[in-house]
Amino acid sequence: MTLNTEFNLGTQSDSLFNELLDAHQGLSSDQSSQMNAAMILLLMNHIGDPAVIRDAIARARAALDA
Amino acid sequence: MARYQYEPFDYVTPPELTGQAGTRAPVIIVGAGPIGLGAAVDLATHGIASVVVDDNNVVSVGSRAICWAKRSLEIFDRLGIGDRMLEKGVTWKLGRVFRGDQEVYNFDLLPDDGHKFPAFINLQQYYVEQYLVERCADFPDLIDLRFKNRVQSVGQDETGVWADIETPDGSYRLDGDFLLACDGANSRLRRQFGLDFGGRYFEERFLIADVEMQADFPSERWFWFTPTFHPGQSALLHKQPDNIYRIDLQLGPDADPEEEKKPENVIPRIEKVVGGRPFKLDWVSVYSFNCRRIDRFVHDRVIFIGDSAHVVSPFGARGGNGGMHDVDNLCWKLAYIINGTSDASLLDSYDAERVHGADENIRNSSWTSRFMSPEPGIEMAFRNAVLSLAVDTPFARRMVNAGRLSVPCQLDSSELNSHDSDEFDVAMQTGMVCLDAPVRHTDGRDDWLMRQIGGGFCLLATGGATIDPATLPDGITVIEIGSGRDGSLEDTEGLVAARYGRGVHLIRPDQHLAARWAAPTPGDITSALARCARIAA
Repeated sequence: MTLNTEFNLGTQSDSLFNELLDAHQGLSSDQSSQMNAAMILLLMNHIGDPAVIRDAIARARAALDA
Repeated sequence: MARYQYEPFDYVTPPELTGQAGTRAPVIIVGAGPIGLGAAVDLATHGIASVVVDDNNVVSVGSRAICWAKRSLEIFDRLGIGDRMLEKGVTWKLGRVFRGDQEVYNFDLLPDDGHKFPAFINLQQYYVEQYLVERCADFPDLIDLRFKNRVQSVGQDETGVWADIETPDGSYRLDGDFLLACDGANSRLRRQFGLDFGGRYFEERFLIADVEMQADFPSERWFWFTPTFHPGQSALLHKQPDNIYRIDLQLGPDADPEEEKKPENVIPRIEKVVGGRPFKLDWVSVYSFNCRRIDRFVHDRVIFIGDSAHVVSPFGARGGNGGMHDVDNLCWKLAYIINGTSDASLLDSYDAERVHGADENIRNSSWTSRFMSPEPGIEMAFRNAVLSLAVDTPFARRMVNAGRLSVPCQLDSSELNSHDSDEFDVAMQTGMVCLDAPVRHTDGRDDWLMRQIGGGFCLLATGGATIDPATLPDGITVIEIGSGRDGSLEDTEGLVAARYGRGVHLIRPDQHLAARWAAPTPGDITSALARCARIAA
């Protein structure tokens, strides 16, 4: 499988984006960092496919320079 | 139970210094630790003589390597001290991981039955060395142990190798065909050869202490992240024989080793770990560690083996066990070259296979070190996220890295293997070390598969397959398990068939699977053997 970069969140995308931001409300930078780490680990395990995960890491890293 | 009594070994003036003719040693072994002594015994089982020289005359001071993995125990069994180690050692297979005082995860290292040896035993290195020294005495014509013989330098040319050696009675030169550098992590020979020891140094310091106490801790490996008795750091507890417990405490990068070693500083730390039980300090050391290896282990006639070739952090028990894998891998190859069966190019496979093994050990122990002492910031955030998630999500428990313990190395890409041409849908794979299973002899005696194989090449027929001995190359042992024919072994619990399937397997002298077929032709067997043993033309 390859990383799906087409839109995949249906009608809930704006809501989910805001729920993510809301979850960080009131957290210190360190706490936010740890929450993000937990999110990534949970999703990474759910995906499971090493090729997809490696592709996501590479794209996320490349996005820094965009 | 009495504490270990150190008995110095006798120094004997070497024959070269008493006017007798010096003998040329087929193999000179520098260093009488578990690796050097193990190599001497392994070579002797092949009929190859060696001279072992060591600058000291006692076994290891302090327990040092204590965790011996199943695979090492199988190797020690082949060398003749497996049962003795098993009897004396503390058997364990369960590891528990705590965060603070709460258990987050436990793992069973050998969940299936039907193996002679357990996942691990804990046994102090000094016992292992003592047992090996005593085992060497069973080969008086093949093993010449020389204590208080310090190697000053070694040299080699096309015809041989030599060591210049200093003793209490003066110096002499010992000539040989091959030399094994088993002189440990601070190898003097590695420095003499100017070999680059590439890798990484970890700044984190650890206190290691053996304490003698009466306690009821179970025979398990306990690892704590940030325990309340040692805030902000990690701790590890292992049980050893003689009521000795091994305690490892992470101290951070800024700890002063000399200060931390002082009993007045050690004792309060230990008191917090053991919760007020009375104890005596047996051995204390403060260490930091490296993960490094030299580029190549074979330098013509000089071969590096064990810690002289590669070092790792202690948290996966991959140092002593990794070294025993080297012994297992090297000695039959050296013996086959010395006795003329194999071409010298067989040694290249020691380099390839054990560099592969060392890299696996270095990778695993580096990953553990990073998990145990992450960089501040995002590394710490990810580490702590794993620990937090581990409380109620099973996947994260598996990601907690408190040591990935030594398991046999997979040699699936070794050039000594012949690729499978038939399909086998079983746990055994070509390049793996053989899986053990219970078997029964025709006289009704119960035994183990691993005790039937190894030492030489073997053809193993399983699951009802048969072998016709008339068509086989010389020097190969034939074993049938479960065929029901005369002389075959019984597959007592059906585990041989379950683990190997139905077929014929070519097993290396180090008990690795080199080739297998559903029903081989004589030509299949001859060519697989030639490929694996690099049969000399």
